[in-house]
Amino acid sequence: MTERTDVDTHERAHPGPREYVKIAVILAVITAIEVAIFYIEFIKDSAAFVPTLLLLSAIKFGMVVLWFMHLRFDSRLFGRLFVAGLALALSLFIVVLLTFGVFFK
Amino acid sequence: MAAEPHTAEHLPTATGLDNRKLAMWTFLGSECLFFGALISTFLLYRKNVPEGEIIPSEIYDIPYTSVSSFVLLMSSLTMVLALAAIQRGDHRQLRIWLVCTAALGMVFISGQVFEFTEFIEHGFTIRSSVAGSAFFLLTGFHGAHVTVGILMLLTLAMLSSTGRLTQEHTLRVEMIGLYWHFVDIVWIVIFTLVYLIP
Repeated sequence: MTERTDVDTHERAHPGPREYVKIAVILAVITAIEVAIFYIEFIKDSAAFVPTLLLLSAIKFGMVVLWFMHLRFDSRLFGRLFVAGLALALSLFIVVLLTFGVFFK
Repeated sequence: MAAEPHTAEHLPTATGLDNRKLAMWTFLGSECLFFGALISTFLLYRKNVPEGEIIPSEIYDIPYTSVSSFVLLMSSLTMVLALAAIQRGDHRQLRIWLVCTAALGMVFISGQVFEFTEFIEHGFTIRSSVAGSAFFLLTGFHGAHVTVGILMLLTLAMLSSTGRLTQEHTLRVEMIGLYWHFVDIVWIVIFTLVYLIP
């Protein structure tokens, strides 16, 4: 017999097509802003250029994961599994780049 | 309008969740590490080119890649619309959105092939420098993932058209959808870190 563990299996209703289209429009606008920033010289030359692009990219990433992949609505265990992999990847990323001094060049 | 929750029942598994979906999320977590390693390698070696050789950022065509990125981003919308269609039992819409998603994926891959051809004509190849190896390995593996996704989408569309993909098989569409969205978020990161940030 299968033994149950105490896992949150609560799932909320997935959004409808209208909400998906709204999310897609926001994603398209953010992509347009990213590309526009790339061509605006005074932003490109400023210290805010890289953090702004990283922030916009993180917003897009989060929106796809939360809405299109339904992590906002599904069981938290799925999110934990994904975040574990993501956290390990980010750690690997930062450790490798720090080891080779990429941030200090 | 919100769709009905389709997997809300407590399944007879150790976690009460569907093990196939759990496996897919675990796989996607491991894929984060895979692409994390490839992106780190590229960032590390992107300026590692022999004297006189081309640095990748010198030959990027940002407007062209932006359009490709937009196409892949919109394929995530069509994918999620396909899932919404099977959840409400609309198989005609399901097939339309699946084929649209596969077609957008093909446009993206065609764009990537064209981009690779341009780079090779400029002398930037997988063998020209360490930067070239890291670039083609990263974008090539991403392209391979997109290609696998296209094949899975077309298989789903074919199964649906022969009546072998019913509303009971919603999870299959959802899992392939998860894979497809993952491929999209990897490109979101690649587009910013590899193409936009100098």
